[in-house]
Amino acid sequence: MKKLYLALLLPFVGLLWLPLYDRTEPALLGFPFFYWYQLAWVPLTSLLVWVVWKRAAR
Amino acid sequence: MPDHIPSTPIPSTQALVVFILFFAMTIVLGSTVSWWRGRGHAGPSDAAGSEDWGLGGRQFGTWVTWFLVGGDFYTAYTVIAVPALVYATGAFGFFALPYTIIVYPFVFLVMPILWQIAHDGRHATAADIVRARFGSRTLELAIAASGLIAVMPYIALQLIGIRTVIEALGLPGEIPLIVAFISLAAYTWLGGLHAPALTAFIKDIMIYIAVLAAVTVIPLHLGGYGAMFATAAQHLPRPPAGHALMPGQSVPYATLALSSALAAFLYPHTLTGVLAARSADTIRRNAVMLPVYTLLLGLIAMLGLMAHAAGVVTTSTSAIVPDLFMAIFPDWFTGFCFAAIAVGALVPAAVMAIGAANLVTSNIAPGLRDNVHASRFVALGVKLGALACVLFLNAHFAIDLQLLGGLWILQTFPALVLGITRLRFSARAMLTGWIVGTLYGTYVCFHDGLKPTHMLAIGGMHQAISTGLLALLVNIGTVVLVGLLVPGRSRSDATTA
Repeated sequence: MKKLYLALLLPFVGLLWLPLYDRTEPALLGFPFFYWYQLAWVPLTSLLVWVVWKRAAR
Repeated sequence: MPDHIPSTPIPSTQALVVFILFFAMTIVLGSTVSWWRGRGHAGPSDAAGSEDWGLGGRQFGTWVTWFLVGGDFYTAYTVIAVPALVYATGAFGFFALPYTIIVYPFVFLVMPILWQIAHDGRHATAADIVRARFGSRTLELAIAASGLIAVMPYIALQLIGIRTVIEALGLPGEIPLIVAFISLAAYTWLGGLHAPALTAFIKDIMIYIAVLAAVTVIPLHLGGYGAMFATAAQHLPRPPAGHALMPGQSVPYATLALSSALAAFLYPHTLTGVLAARSADTIRRNAVMLPVYTLLLGLIAMLGLMAHAAGVVTTSTSAIVPDLFMAIFPDWFTGFCFAAIAVGALVPAAVMAIGAANLVTSNIAPGLRDNVHASRFVALGVKLGALACVLFLNAHFAIDLQLLGGLWILQTFPALVLGITRLRFSARAMLTGWIVGTLYGTYVCFHDGLKPTHMLAIGGMHQAISTGLLALLVNIGTVVLVGLLVPGRSRSDATTA
């Protein structure tokens, strides 16, 4: 098991541990923190999966 | 919801004409797919024809898979129900967002392995894979039954999605539902999995246009996103200062997201989409690309807040999105958006019916395997069941059943997913876990009045958690316990896992 695979746990931690983001400040472009933080995890997760696939799989 | 009367003015015939145009175009394109693919008709009992109808010949490349899985994972019901939940509960309804993010690392790790096993063994369903792994006909039937029962209410909800928009166009009574059913039946019968696969792109482009227009135009009306969030907050329960969720909602939020993510790709329709891919790398590439839909889902969820800000008031929350569109868009564009939702229901409902048909012809009545004619009839039967569910029971029954369906499908997780790990459990342990988890979850869910979360009391602390996840933990606990106490036969050597 390559260590890089552990990076795939990050979205689980970042999104399932609510004290990290159950808050409204700082807002971004009018979006309260709660919303933009979760939306930001979308591209971030894509990127993580891509990196793990390209680096760890070979 | 069945006797919903639109609270906003009924749109003109313009909306109806645009709606019919786009809806009909998609159905005609999908139904004639085998004709213009130049394949002619596959022989009725031809094995290749059956695999072609039920799994698209396992030849879907990256883009087709992206549209197909995106099309049947993010359904019309999503477009109706997620904003409805956000409208009713505020920030809590957004748990669909973490759910549809964390599902992709899971898809990336698990689904290519399942695809490989299915490809090597010519398996078409989850139950096929489990039978090959554990060599147990009983376990195979259990997994197939879970899939079949879980997917039926899901189809019913798609029909309800179509009915919601046709009703909003002003067509009353049961006509909308009959129209929805006949279109769906013709579409699946003729095109097989190729029909939803090749029309999914129309659906997606239409939904993208509708939603992007909504999330651009509405905040402009309301004075930007900041103003939109502020106005919406005045109509919703107020969380403690500085927080987005109400006290006690954090754990339900996280556990519902997790249990939904674990269940999402165990359904017959999502798994059918995955197994129809051309290669394991097609799936990995899609785990990277599919989150684009999640961004769209986040925006769709915002519609629930925007409805508050735009002053849409209704007790029938499933009418939120149609009402919002009618309130802010010109008639012709409302017609277009409604067509997008209706087509958005057609694509997943077709894949669901096909996935269910695959389960029946491969697992429940294996004598019908490789019989494309039987598959068509079974898919029709499944849809009739869904129609009956909507006509003779009621919409709420379908929603409750879908909740239970999610709980039941999650109980196939150990056999299907733990089955591919190096851990060796006997078929008996898996079966006992499945029975205990299913019974326990169903009991708890009924006992709580069909709510998705259960209140646990641990050491004087009260905490609500997802009932599905709780049942899964009980299930896995049972599997481990039985596995340790009753050393059964080791797994069948039929597969290389």
